[in-house]
Amino acid sequence: MKVRLGEIAFARSGDKGDTANVGVIAVVPSAYPVLAREVTAGRVKEHFEGVCHGEVERFELPNLNALNFLLHRSLGGGGTVSLMLDAQGKTFSTAMLRMEVDVPDDVLAEAWETRPDRRREDG
Amino acid sequence: MRKPVRVASGQGFWGDWQEAPALQVREGPIDYLMLDYLAEITMSIMQKQRDRDPSAGYARDFVPLVEELAPELLEKGVRVVTNAGGVNPEGCREALVEALRGRDLPRPLRIATVVGDDLSGRLDALLAAGHELANMETGEPLEAVRARVQAANAYLGADPIVEALEAGADVVITGRSTDTALTYAPMIHELGWGREDWDRIAAGIVAGHINECGAQAAGGNTLYDWRSVDLVVPGYPIIEMEEDGAFTVTKHPGLGGRVTWATVTEQLVYEMGDPAEYITPDGIADFSTIHLDDEGGDRVRVHGVEGRPRTDMLKVSIAYRDGWKATGTLTYAWPDALAKARRADEILRARLERLGLEFDEIRTEFVGAGACHGPVAGPPPKDLPEVELRVGVRAGRRDPVERFTREIAPLILAGPPSVTGFAGGRPRVQEVMAYWPALVDREVVEREVTVQTTEAGGA
Repeated sequence: MKVRLGEIAFARSGDKGDTANVGVIAVVPSAYPVLAREVTAGRVKEHFEGVCHGEVERFELPNLNALNFLLHRSLGGGGTVSLMLDAQGKTFSTAMLRMEVDVPDDVLAEAWETRPDRRREDG
Repeated sequence: MRKPVRVASGQGFWGDWQEAPALQVREGPIDYLMLDYLAEITMSIMQKQRDRDPSAGYARDFVPLVEELAPELLEKGVRVVTNAGGVNPEGCREALVEALRGRDLPRPLRIATVVGDDLSGRLDALLAAGHELANMETGEPLEAVRARVQAANAYLGADPIVEALEAGADVVITGRSTDTALTYAPMIHELGWGREDWDRIAAGIVAGHINECGAQAAGGNTLYDWRSVDLVVPGYPIIEMEEDGAFTVTKHPGLGGRVTWATVTEQLVYEMGDPAEYITPDGIADFSTIHLDDEGGDRVRVHGVEGRPRTDMLKVSIAYRDGWKATGTLTYAWPDALAKARRADEILRARLERLGLEFDEIRTEFVGAGACHGPVAGPPPKDLPEVELRVGVRAGRRDPVERFTREIAPLILAGPPSVTGFAGGRPRVQEVMAYWPALVDREVVEREVTVQTTEAGGA
């Protein structure tokens, strides 16, 4: 099923100069292979079109069920040079989770089952 | 077998929650309190303060904090390691000694300072001796911006902190020490780790990365299940490090916050570059070797961390003056809030052009209509209740920026309707400090690093 990345992952982002880092973490281990397959550097570059003006690098952390992305030239110069509201890329994490990904039904069911926030909303 | 050492985090940046350090000392047993005050930009702000007042240039909040906690620190045997010294560790120590003068303490407080990270007075000598201090990102030599350098500090490692602890310091005040070293230096000291025991040092680095952002590892700013975390009185993270390099992340049970695999993983990936190459002055940690076990009860076990030898270079953080900027905001209300804000932006830009003002950049954002996620958010919903127009300008000279700040208020009466939000007055002109990361030979810095210990109070 096509869903937002936020259904199977959560994220945190930060900055190093003009580069934003976005760590994406699977909510259940079974969702990690889906992340690794769906969320490629190319797709992230496309997703952040008009925001990321440089290269996107991807690093795999299967031990943490996580991927780390570096989005170069994304913060308007970075640091105090930047005129951006989000000069430190703090909200790139949730921007990433807007991405649409194809998730097998069983993985999605397991992700929903595990997430306490999702369970509460349903209940 | 040595006893595990408990290193608690009490501040993640200059301006963090003032109550956290005292809660870490009072709400349960800890051995060390680490207080991280410095971000990349902080040093240049502190340098500016010191330029105006030679006794300033450190985290002033730190002095009343230790003044209040000193008796408890001594009674409980809790030692403090902090980079509160900023660009003036000796000034910070003097202020603390002064604050504790005549105080009745169980015994005098031993305060150590680490000095030698500040390279601003040595830059010309270093350049003359062939150290290029080239920009790590662009390769440009420092000569290009030399005249505009505001602050230059090498990131020091654990050695001087360990030296201070060995000399019996109760409080260690450094300048630009590596953030993570504030956590792992006490571990090296207490657990007798060899300085070439790369896996254990790497475990300490991972622990330091977890501690260095305060509450962020313990439920603060945590996205996963954020609604259910009680953050009114959060417990900041505490690391219980064992001799072999395995450790537990936890917090005091009586406080809020939360420590789970999710909160710890979020912090692990924060400000991460290449996870296999987390470089510090004392070694390189490979974050792809970390194993996490969530044991429940706010306890997450971390083990299996592997590391590699340190390099011969130290990172230098250089800040240089790079022009001026200002940001103005106005808020437009329903109906057609976004259209009004857009029209105001057009009028403002046309007026700036009419004045013949030149800027390096003019940036407009519509807060409430996609300022955070930008184009990633897609078109904003129709019929927004209000939108904040946010316009920033940047220029090499101060004059055009100053003139810009006088063009916001006129939009209230001579611009689109339904506008408010100008109570704060004219936007403030700020000097831009650009950041220049460089590398320098470790040896030329380390031979000038000194550790000094003095005593305060206890009279």
